[in-house]
Amino acid sequence: MKFAGLLVMPAGFFLSLAALVLFPAANPGARAAFVLCGLAVEALGLVVAARGHMEAQGKSHQ
Amino acid sequence: MTPNPPATLSDASFALVLVLLLLAPLAIAGVALINTGLGRSRSAAQSLLGNLAIVAVSIIAFSVVGASLAGVLPGGWGLAFHAGGKAWEWLHVGSFFLGGLASAPAQAQLELLFEMLAVAFAALIPWGSGADRVRITAGCAVAAVLAGIVFPLLAHWTWNGGWLAQLGINFSLGEGFLDPAGAAAIHVLGGLSALVLVWIAGPRRGKFPQGGFATAMPGHNAVYILFGCLVALVGWLAFNVAGAVLWLHAPMSALPGTAVNTLLSASGAVAATFSVTRIRFGKPDASLCANGWLAGLVASSATAALVFPGAAFLIGLVAGVLTPLLVEVLELAVSIDDPSGGISAHAAGGLWGLIAAGAFTAGAGQFLAQLVGIATLLGLVMPLLYLLLWLLNRVLPLRVDADGERVGMDLHELGGGAYPEFVIHRDDSYR
Repeated sequence: MKFAGLLVMPAGFFLSLAALVLFPAANPGARAAFVLCGLAVEALGLVVAARGHMEAQGKSHQ
Repeated sequence: MTPNPPATLSDASFALVLVLLLLAPLAIAGVALINTGLGRSRSAAQSLLGNLAIVAVSIIAFSVVGASLAGVLPGGWGLAFHAGGKAWEWLHVGSFFLGGLASAPAQAQLELLFEMLAVAFAALIPWGSGADRVRITAGCAVAAVLAGIVFPLLAHWTWNGGWLAQLGINFSLGEGFLDPAGAAAIHVLGGLSALVLVWIAGPRRGKFPQGGFATAMPGHNAVYILFGCLVALVGWLAFNVAGAVLWLHAPMSALPGTAVNTLLSASGAVAATFSVTRIRFGKPDASLCANGWLAGLVASSATAALVFPGAAFLIGLVAGVLTPLLVEVLELAVSIDDPSGGISAHAAGGLWGLIAAGAFTAGAGQFLAQLVGIATLLGLVMPLLYLLLWLLNRVLPLRVDADGERVGMDLHELGGGAYPEFVIHRDDSYR
């Protein structure tokens, strides 16, 4: 689960980069929304990785 | 103030920056004291020796390989790919072993010195978070990975004309990603390394007992911790002012303002943490106040040269409120054992500073550039760090064996303690 979260995080990064390439400077709203979506995906990946860490922590106590 | 114009320093600016960079190691010394004070007494000598060894290894690794990849000295070539009709420079390959240093322009030599100190600073942060269970050799290996691979990439992208610095020119995002004193390249990098290290190495023995609350393992020397905060302030002022000259080409008249903002940010942060901990626990908490102070300084690394004094104070206040709450959440809710609070103070403080740098400067483009920089740190740098440290842990285990942890790192690794005349707590006291 931790690795899954860590693999999701680069997807968010590439989403942010795609925003710069796909949307011109004349369309800053769409660009910003895309970058924010990328950050949201990264945050999701971080949460999943943290949950994976907590699960692993719990198993090590059993 | 624009990044990366072809500027040359006047003699006065050169002398000023050189003197500042000679004071900057005080930030490293302060954080080393804080790391040691927040660990346990039976690991104090190992902790401080580890700080020293890590500074040495990171400087050597950066000199041998890192400076070449960072592209701080002239010469060499950049590796770029093209997308959206723009060149994205991801990597630089120059001379190894600091080749070309003697003939480099004065500004490039100062930039090299800045980055050399910055990498030593960044490498100390995970060492504090791995206190009481990570071996010195493993800490040095982590420092070598940071200084030889990850920091140079980030330094190149941010400071030496790489793709993040070019966001302004290529995509009309303000002045490009701004990180004048290393909030990203030093503190967020160090804080994320700390998180990854703690995840891989695991918590200290007895920290999270089965079916119980997290055990409190307070730092062993509040004097080291708080004196370290004051020592670090001097170095931070030097880093922030030198960074403003080197990376933003700030005029001399703007430098007192940068120093004032640094002081305001740290003061606001410690005042906020003092208040929060007093409200939460009935009395102010010394170690959390130290973390709040550091978080204010870390946030100032991104903002001190860019914002007005009121904003600097507000940024410090927010950092000071967030830090103690995050320390508590990470320990109690996420089971992360971070003795030095490096993840909260450096990673979270740095990320907040980078956001604030965009929010408090003019233009939506600048804010977006800062967000792209943050996306790079979280989405690319952190998984890369995890991969590298996970592989390193396979080759050279980061964590000491159970017996070593039980007797204490000083006795296990050095054969003698930092306080031979004191009674040292055994691990049995934490059950």
